[in-house]
Amino acid sequence: MKKQRNILIVLLLTLVSTSWGQQTPASVQKEAITITGVTAHIGDGTVVENCTIVFENGKITALGQGETTKGTVIAANGKHVYPGFIAPVKELGLIEVNAVRASNDSDEIGEMIPHVRSLVAYNAESKVVESMRPNGVLLGQITPKGGRISGTSSIVQFDAWNWEDAAVKVDDGIHLHWPNSFRRGRWWLGEPRGLKPNKDYQKQVDKVSEFLTSAAAYGNGKGTSLNPAFKAMQGVFQGTQKLYIYADGEKEIIDAISGAKNSGVSDIVLVGGYHAYKITDFLKENNVPVLVQYTHNLPSLADDDYDLPYKLPKLLMDAGVLVALQNNDASNFQTRNLPFYAGQVVGQGMDKEKALQMITGNTAKILGIDATYGTLAVGKSATLFISEGDALDMRTNQLTHAFIDGRNVSLETHQTELWKRYLGKYEGK
Amino acid sequence: MKIKLLGLALLWCASTLVAQDYFPENDGVKSKNNNYTAFTNAKIFVTPTQIIEKGTLLIQNGKVKQVGASVTLPKNTVVIDVTGQSIYPSFIDIYSKFGVEQAKRAPGRGRASQYDASRDGFYWNDHVMPENNAISKFKYDDKKAKTLRDAGFGVVNSHIHDGIVRGTGVLVALNSTGNDGNRILDDQSAQYLSFSRSVAKRQSYPTSLMGSMALLRQMYTDAKWYAAGNSSTKDRSLEALNKNKNLVQIFEAKDKGHALRADKIGDANGIQYTILGGGDEYERIEEIKGTGASFILPINFPETYDVSNPYAANMIALKDMRHWNQAPSNPKVLADNNIRFSLTTYDLKSPAKFKEKLMKAIQYGLSKTKALEALTLAPAAILGKTNRIGSLQAGREANFLITSGDIFEKGTILYENWVQGSKNNINDRNLKDIRGTYDLEAGGLTYSMSITGEAGKPKIAIKQDTNKLKSKITYANNWLTISFNDTEQKSYRLTGLVSKDTDNFKGRLLLPSGKEKTFSAMKTSGFSKDKKEGKKGNSVPEMVGVTYPNVGFGYANKPKPETILFKNATVWTSEADGILQNTDVLLKDGKIAKIGIALKAGKAKVIDATGKHLTAGIIDEHTHIAALAINEAGHNSTAEVKMEDVVDNEDINIYRQLAGGVTSAQLLHGSANPIGGRSAILKLKWGESPEKMIYTNSPKFIKFALGENVKQSNWQSFSRFPQTRMGVEQVFMNYFQRAKEYDIKKNSGQAYRYDEEMEVLAEIINGERFISCHSYVQSEINMMMKVAEKFNFRVNTFTHILEGYKVADKMAKHGVGAGTFSDWWAYKYEVNDAIPYNAAIMQKQGVIVAINSDDGEMARRLNQEAAKTVKYGGMTALEAWKMVTINPAKLLHIDKRVGSIKVGKDADVVLWSDHPLSVYAKAEKTIIEGATYFDMETDQQQRTAVSQERNKLIHMMLKEKAGGGKTQAPKMSKKEQMTCETL
Repeated sequence: MKKQRNILIVLLLTLVSTSWGQQTPASVQKEAITITGVTAHIGDGTVVENCTIVFENGKITALGQGETTKGTVIAANGKHVYPGFIAPVKELGLIEVNAVRASNDSDEIGEMIPHVRSLVAYNAESKVVESMRPNGVLLGQITPKGGRISGTSSIVQFDAWNWEDAAVKVDDGIHLHWPNSFRRGRWWLGEPRGLKPNKDYQKQVDKVSEFLTSAAAYGNGKGTSLNPAFKAMQGVFQGTQKLYIYADGEKEIIDAISGAKNSGVSDIVLVGGYHAYKITDFLKENNVPVLVQYTHNLPSLADDDYDLPYKLPKLLMDAGVLVALQNNDASNFQTRNLPFYAGQVVGQGMDKEKALQMITGNTAKILGIDATYGTLAVGKSATLFISEGDALDMRTNQLTHAFIDGRNVSLETHQTELWKRYLGKYEGK
Repeated sequence: MKIKLLGLALLWCASTLVAQDYFPENDGVKSKNNNYTAFTNAKIFVTPTQIIEKGTLLIQNGKVKQVGASVTLPKNTVVIDVTGQSIYPSFIDIYSKFGVEQAKRAPGRGRASQYDASRDGFYWNDHVMPENNAISKFKYDDKKAKTLRDAGFGVVNSHIHDGIVRGTGVLVALNSTGNDGNRILDDQSAQYLSFSRSVAKRQSYPTSLMGSMALLRQMYTDAKWYAAGNSSTKDRSLEALNKNKNLVQIFEAKDKGHALRADKIGDANGIQYTILGGGDEYERIEEIKGTGASFILPINFPETYDVSNPYAANMIALKDMRHWNQAPSNPKVLADNNIRFSLTTYDLKSPAKFKEKLMKAIQYGLSKTKALEALTLAPAAILGKTNRIGSLQAGREANFLITSGDIFEKGTILYENWVQGSKNNINDRNLKDIRGTYDLEAGGLTYSMSITGEAGKPKIAIKQDTNKLKSKITYANNWLTISFNDTEQKSYRLTGLVSKDTDNFKGRLLLPSGKEKTFSAMKTSGFSKDKKEGKKGNSVPEMVGVTYPNVGFGYANKPKPETILFKNATVWTSEADGILQNTDVLLKDGKIAKIGIALKAGKAKVIDATGKHLTAGIIDEHTHIAALAINEAGHNSTAEVKMEDVVDNEDINIYRQLAGGVTSAQLLHGSANPIGGRSAILKLKWGESPEKMIYTNSPKFIKFALGENVKQSNWQSFSRFPQTRMGVEQVFMNYFQRAKEYDIKKNSGQAYRYDEEMEVLAEIINGERFISCHSYVQSEINMMMKVAEKFNFRVNTFTHILEGYKVADKMAKHGVGAGTFSDWWAYKYEVNDAIPYNAAIMQKQGVIVAINSDDGEMARRLNQEAAKTVKYGGMTALEAWKMVTINPAKLLHIDKRVGSIKVGKDADVVLWSDHPLSVYAKAEKTIIEGATYFDMETDQQQRTAVSQERNKLIHMMLKEKAGGGKTQAPKMSKKEQMTCETL
């Protein structure tokens, strides 16, 4: 009886919150919430059927079959629960509308500007950010773009009043775009549009190495005048920040990882890695995980298998590399398709739970937030959602609830509001 | 004796300076030289096929007087005995820049475009310049003439290589002793054209290949109209064009596809162009032959790629590797197909490279007779000048080559290149070949000496016992000078005249002490060529096969329709009967023949489809793949351009989209202007020509566009109307009004100027052509419908239409359909209110809705995009599926032929591994008109084949490099991924 009343309350709450619209972030979890009867996709490759999940004060306190319910109960029989999906290396909240320059804060001028920090420009009220939630994407790594070293990223959750509230991990990593050994023809000068060897490649690589060496040396010195760029790099030498290196070619990847290691960088993450599948042993020897390009991509080379981008994550994972998916070169709005990028790999023969790891558990591990996020486990943050069906498939990714740190966040957006408004227009409501 | 020689030489000079008879002479007394010169005992190639083994060539006053096995020599004949040597007509290059000042690139002015012409009294488009005459920019270039003569050329035809219509050329004999009075053979030799804009002019139009094509079409009809006296103003371009009408018309295509494009324009206007080829004609030789055109072929065969770095080698596409391997066979393939062609030095770094490339063509099977023809008779015939050049028949210009033997052999020496009876020495004809090994007696010691290298530029090695001595040789005019250092580094110098009569030679020796002695050299053995070289020269190198298209994943044989029976499939009909379980579908003669239970197989190929899903092929209402150009952005209305003109059947995206189940697509013009170009509706028949990919009796479509793109909002451009949505309406109103008036005038029987653009717009008003209109916000959508209603037609389709949900009721009333994205938004200001529920809302209001791509990547998983309408807006699976099959077919007016599984429709079907809306589903087979264009199993075989062929070619290239062949850096020829906004 009590249980039923609780359900009613939740239902009412849901209805009410619908009419509020989403702009208001959910308040802190006050009462325990229990979800029952679900297939729990843990995010570490395992599943718990008919699962009960209890969370209190934003943390999961119980998870398993037959756990005792507590507080508000959401009977979600036959539904699925997933950890909130995590979108790495994105400009969400830094760009609102791509073509409107005034709404773009993603790319500061300068080649080596690790001291430039994304977090302070992150717009927690972005309409694009809120559109992530109805698809289960609840966390992201907000990352500056452009130049050789673009700046410092931070990890945020997607339901906050401001950037300070949004922050999950501040200044988590530095982003280095490795030079390319091939360069595009300057077609506007009459050169062919294709790629040709970049004669300056080694020069550009040397410049990066010099910067890293100088930054490391700076950290060893005392009393020198402040160099903001060098100072910002210290975390990657001290092991408190990760260095995200963007590279796709075999040569570039080997140069980048060897170069960074030689300069004393301890935590390296490879971003992109189009040809990483050819050098998985090298990646494993160096213990480098890969944030691999998303599957909804065209092959880069004319003679590549048509489905190479679809199976690329699988090729890496099968070889034993720690892999997660990213879509850094896609428009922000596309990031809500993160689950479907993972679904695409399933079509290539990957186990669904493994595919899920690439947008949850693995991502958290690579970003260094796995103590709190990425998987469903007692003691971890209750950042999760309930879907009517398989959340990796477009047809069944239908969210009924989403929680961030136990807070029952709105699934409404600018878009759902317009939808409802115009349904009303036509249906006379 | 010596004086006599000098006298002869002077005579020669005099004979070539043919002063015009009627010119006064003030530097001496007038004298004429009417002597004859005879070359006797030569092997003479009068024409490539008329060869005199031992004959005489008699010339006088720069012309051939007589040629034959026995020629009676007049008494005043200077006889030159060339026993053992060969005489050929000198070569002709009719695609040259020789001596003509070329156009200089205009400095850029950023993105500020110039839309109007910069000239008065000429054609409205600056890139049309038939009034240009190469002769007015001609200045004989002595230095270049020499390099051309050294390569065997005697006559070139030169022009200004700039613009779409380039004016006339000038035919020049490379006669450096004469003057323009005698070496200019013709100053109106041909008219030249191309698809390329002038680099010197900045007028925007045309920005694209299809714009160039439309411009040429319009220009030709304007010229006729002008000739009939209809113009009230003077147009010196059209006048020149009409004047040049009877000249040979030479079109710079530089690409097999462009050759066919040019030929089509020519055919429509009663012109047979001669075409400058691209060296890739072998890939589509049947169609090339069908043009009936003569070709001018460059032979700049690609250098070997340097593939020693495997990472870099990865970047080179199989297509480019193959072209390296196959291109040298191009001249042979044209010859085998009886296509007349001439060869040109065009695009070669220097004429000095010509022979090397020519030898390669011969090595790849071009017959020597054809090679000679392509350099002499054929170019002469193309220009209609066989009575003056191209052979050594009596009366022709005395332009000929004297060689040591077969001119198409590697070791053969070109001695002399005579132009208009004037001798040009290239290598000393009388120079004795002294190559061989000798015993050298000098200063009381015997050395062994070997002379190698080229006969005219020998190399030397001298040994004392086994010690190699530092030595040098120079050899000219039969005088030999040698110096060497002995083991103590003391130098010896030798010089002497080589006698014709003996193989040995002797002369003056200067000892290190300064004492003068004599030396002698006794020949011990003759010179023999490198063995390796001899072998390499003769065998035809291995060639890989040509595929359809000739790129990676092309098919060795074009797919053919088969009779196929799918057994026990889940059939998504996209018709009223919805989904049929455990059903058989028979494909026969390219059509869907039967649908039913337990159908009899007969001779059909049976495919067990148990557990699989069979659907109609996906139709993409909005694509930009398979195109060479997307936007003609030079005007705000470009209804005259056609996407059908620029279909690229080699785009690998065609194959990739087949792998995503797509069988048909509308290739749309971009959104750079309110009135864009006409569409091409395609079947993705990978391997077929563009013509065969385009729908037969294709419905007529045109692209319109609204909003930010046509206002040029997102880049710095402020000069073109319209800059606001208010202006956009006015553009339409104005053009439709003009089209209406045009149509009325045309139908009234009055004389009118044919205007392709107006013709197309009139088709729209008359309901014969349909609009696919790029649109975003509700105001402009409504505006467009109102404009159409004012002119009594309806808009057929709004594409993108992201705010369609706001005016769906109005759209349904107007009767317009929608092709939209599933979930795109936030990329520009006008898509701020775009919502993924758009498709569902519009559909519910009775609008026919399709989900389209406008994106080469998304197009290969349109099934998933359709599935998003289930998530956003709760569409049923059946309705969702229709959005990528029968609905787009309806929008494109091809629903009677495709879009559903229905007996009698085209057999365009896809077999899916899973529920077709599932993210997990894969297209296993994609069939168009009964022919399997994609098959997952075949694809696996293709992958292996591609990688094996790459490997094979890489090894061939490595071998070529190891053998000392020239290399070029690896490159990746990348096709741009195009969208609406690609300029």
